[in-house]
Amino acid sequence: MNSLRLRAAIVSIVLFAAFIGVWHLATRSTGPAVNMSPEYAKLMGLTATQGKSAMPGPLDVGAKLWEHLRRPFYDNGPNDKGLGIQLAYSIGRVGLGYLIAVSVAIPLGFLIGMSPLISRALDPFIQVLKPISPLAWMPLALYTIKDSSISAIFVIFICSVWPMLLNTAFGVAGVRKEWINVARTLEVGTVRRAFTVILPAAAPTILTGMRISIGIAWLVIVAAEMLVGGTGIGYFVWNEWNNLSITNVIIAILMIGIVGMLLDQILARFTRMVTFPE
Amino acid sequence: MTDKFISIEGIARRYPGAGGGTTTVFENLWLSMARGEFGCVIGHSGCGKTTVLNILAGLDEPSEGAVIVDGQAIEGTSLDRAVIFQSHALLPWRTVLGNVAYAVSSKWRKWDRAKVKAHAQKFIDLVGLTGSEHKRPSELSGGMKQRVGIARALSITPKIMLMDEPFSALDALTRGTLQDEVRRICLETGQTAFMITHDVDEAIYLADKIFLMTNGPGAVLAEIVENPLPKDRGRIDLHRHPYYYALRNHIIDFLVSRSKSFAAITTDHDPRNVPTLRPGLPELAIASDAELPTQTSWPGLSRPSTSS
Repeated sequence: MNSLRLRAAIVSIVLFAAFIGVWHLATRSTGPAVNMSPEYAKLMGLTATQGKSAMPGPLDVGAKLWEHLRRPFYDNGPNDKGLGIQLAYSIGRVGLGYLIAVSVAIPLGFLIGMSPLISRALDPFIQVLKPISPLAWMPLALYTIKDSSISAIFVIFICSVWPMLLNTAFGVAGVRKEWINVARTLEVGTVRRAFTVILPAAAPTILTGMRISIGIAWLVIVAAEMLVGGTGIGYFVWNEWNNLSITNVIIAILMIGIVGMLLDQILARFTRMVTFPE
Repeated sequence: MTDKFISIEGIARRYPGAGGGTTTVFENLWLSMARGEFGCVIGHSGCGKTTVLNILAGLDEPSEGAVIVDGQAIEGTSLDRAVIFQSHALLPWRTVLGNVAYAVSSKWRKWDRAKVKAHAQKFIDLVGLTGSEHKRPSELSGGMKQRVGIARALSITPKIMLMDEPFSALDALTRGTLQDEVRRICLETGQTAFMITHDVDEAIYLADKIFLMTNGPGAVLAEIVENPLPKDRGRIDLHRHPYYYALRNHIIDFLVSRSKSFAAITTDHDPRNVPTLRPGLPELAIASDAELPTQTSWPGLSRPSTSS
């Protein structure tokens, strides 16, 4: 088992090194391309003079990344903020929208899971609302809320509410009859039953829904921030594209991936905490 | 009648059947038990045994009739009637102690933690699980899980213990040990118990009264067999008792043949007045179908029978 882990790590490192190597080779300078006067060459940049690819190489990205990591929280005005600040804005929006979604989806999911009547009554609405792309809500949100930042939070809310809602309802409805019967024979009241039997029994399913939701929320925030602008990692990507700084775009992509992974790992840890072996 | 601690009075259970009709699992079922008695129901699958037990527990409702326990018609579930489930039904996210304490704190809401814990511990010790309090159900063997189920049921000091084939999922050795435990506990505490089983030997060992049910649908309680074996019977020498084979053969004959043909043969069966038998000496006991209603009591056995 341990040796499998070790071997997998070695393969991962080799693959990473190979990727960096190919990247480096593909983007390196190939020497003077055309003869031109040094002054003209200075104006033209390396792409024209040295045959270097317009795509930054791994060393460029690494150097820039180091620069960002050294100063993650600088603020030089609206269009030049540190990567840490941009990520904090995005995480803040995701966190807020997600928490509102949790506070709506879990109680409502409980209700749907416990009451066949509510379940059937709400089903058509959920079926229609669920497949709507969260960004399609954006104009409506901007029009009604009249605040781009809150609109982004609303979009996060609306996209993360469905997986949680459906998983909660599914988990609650699927609690084993025998556990419910135990609570019934012990004359446990509805509220206490909900907290002591149904919640722990459905918790793994609910947490799975929450994990799916945080993933979707993090996907959507980048697109939402590209639309609303101002702050956030999504806005940063778009801003750096307008600056034609592909290096910064690559760094932002990397950061989005890492933060997404961390969010997923946090929820995975919570899921493990509530999972019980049968 | 003073000895009717549990009285099932004319209950029926019907389900909507295919094509708009109704399927009657059983109807007009009368059954009573005295305080401190151990009753076993034996019958083939589908005769409604589990339904009877669920009605007694309050988990199911009869379509007709009523159940009276200790002078009161039951309505829904109650902490007076504890259930030991076939599948043990432990809450897997709680420890052994947690499972028992959950029942204890449900019964005595105002008790503090220490008191609940001490009370739960007493019953964990009683079923012989001392030292495993902090294990989760997934770490326990099938027999240990069922012990927790028994401890949980006993911890709320119920008036009646209801058991739905509690040992059927266990291997023979574990089952034997647990039967001993249940018998010891019931005798020590004077617990009234009602058990469903498929196992004839289990019924003979544990029960004071064995209720024989015919096959469903339309099942009836055919007869009540009073256990003629002495109260202090032991597992080891049970089969050496002179009445043992008479009793065993009687039950097996019923299960093999008469449970099917009972309705056709016995036309004057009165469900309110089910014959009570006490199978006796071996050479007399294996009675044919026709003789059964007249087989009443044997010399030397004092209990009168109510058979017509």
